[in-house]
Amino acid sequence: MSNFEPNIIAFVCNWCSYAGADQAGEQKLDYPANVKLIRVMCTGRVDPQFVMNAFRGGADGVMVLGCHPGDCHYRNGNIKALRRFEIFKNMLGQFGINRERFLLDWVAAGEGQKFQKVTTEMTEKIKGLGPLVIRGYVESEVV
Amino acid sequence: MSDKPKVAFYWCASCGGCEETVVDLEEKILDVVKAIDIVFWPCAMDPKYSDLEAMDDGEIAISFINGAIRTSEQEHISKLLRKKSGVVIAFGSCAVMGGIPALANLKNKKDIFKRSYRDSPTNVNPEGVLPQTETDLDGCRLSLPEFYDTVYKLDDVIEVDYYMPGCPPTPANLETAVQAALKGELPEKGAVLLPDKSLCVSCDRNETKPDDITISRIRRLTEVQADPEECFLAQGIICMGPATRDGCEYPCVKGNMPCTGCFGPVSDADQGARMIASIGGIIDADDEGEVRDAVSAMPDPAGTFYRYSLSSSLLGKKREER
Ligand code: SF4
Ligand code: SF4
Ligand code: SF4
Repeated sequence: MSNFEPNIIAFVCNWCSYAGADQAGEQKLDYPANVKLIRVMCTGRVDPQFVMNAFRGGADGVMVLGCHPGDCHYRNGNIKALRRFEIFKNMLGQFGINRERFLLDWVAAGEGQKFQKVTTEMTEKIKGLGPLVIRGYVESEVV
Repeated sequence: MSDKPKVAFYWCASCGGCEETVVDLEEKILDVVKAIDIVFWPCAMDPKYSDLEAMDDGEIAISFINGAIRTSEQEHISKLLRKKSGVVIAFGSCAVMGGIPALANLKNKKDIFKRSYRDSPTNVNPEGVLPQTETDLDGCRLSLPEFYDTVYKLDDVIEVDYYMPGCPPTPANLETAVQAALKGELPEKGAVLLPDKSLCVSCDRNETKPDDITISRIRRLTEVQADPEECFLAQGIICMGPATRDGCEYPCVKGNMPCTGCFGPVSDADQGARMIASIGGIIDADDEGEVRDAVSAMPDPAGTFYRYSLSSSLLGKKREER
């Protein structure tokens, strides 16, 4: 598994975490190229279906990064995300998908370093877990 | 030979409830049989697969296929019906999205066989024999269909022209479909023959739903006496209305039972995702611990949110992972 390069999708909110990623860039802090960013206006807009679609479409890990609680540009979008993704994580486990493949975390606009840290740690973790193959596809099992 | 359109009904992994819908047409069934010729219906008649094989391709006008695809036999007959039919309608939630049988996708074949043929207390099977596709017995070779590891929806194995979810669809749903077909008024191929809006839109309790519902805890039905008029979600009881397609006339809600989601989601939605989005939006909890407490009465989100639609979940079936 040593040369496995995971695909990781990160939904980042426009106001804090995208700005945090930007700051990481300005400060020339490297982060793994495995992480592909999708900029959204708010984590509250990240429908669990987006995350499932990412997994189904080949992501080995998915991150949702937003403003710290209390700092949401829209007051409580990040708290709604927290509520949703707590339930979502319980459900992931039932599908035999390691809950660690999903991460919801908070990265402020000034936290370039934290952005670097969470993306690097996530990439290492997913490398350890190996590729995700969603099962139940007819192509592989019924001839 | 009559020149009435030929119609077939077939069941795959099914409970028989969908066939019951046909019977529940009551006297209207007389109008139906006046207009059509039922040529194949194993549940009610005694046709042979060879009769079906002998038909011309496309000879059957419409096949209503219910049940999920669990075995090789079901796959085989579905493919045969596809060949012999002009229009195939996936009839009932099992055919459309796996239905109740697809809850088995949270297990695998090995666990299911072990439980059903070895561990179950009513079994006497000292040798631990499991079903085989081929068995030699007294010089005869016996065969059984293969039991797949996954429960599939019908359109995983054949092309489906129309979808009619519901567990089961109501007689009114069936009648509408048959009438539309007879009048040549079926919509564009691939359509679901039901409205594309959620149950809450029609539900008469919707008016009692506050604009901004918040609930502090999910409540089980057994813990509370449900108010017969107030929206279930506002009472903290899981009701699948927001994530479920309209079309049943909400008999459950009228009977003071929350919707369990049997008509499946609206177009392009994943029922589980839609439900998590709805519930996540109304739970009144601000940190992880509080959220966990609030949802502790819901230990089985997958089984609750995909009770009838697991084969269509974007997350697929259970995989073995460390
Ligand atoms: S959809 Fe419901 S009624 Fe129809 S076969 Fe499946 S379980 Fe039975
Ligand atoms: S959640 Fe249930 S009770 Fe409330 S409006 Fe929707 S269907 Fe009706
Ligand atoms: S109310 Fe819900 S569970 Fe009941 S019949 Fe309608 S869709 Fe099915």
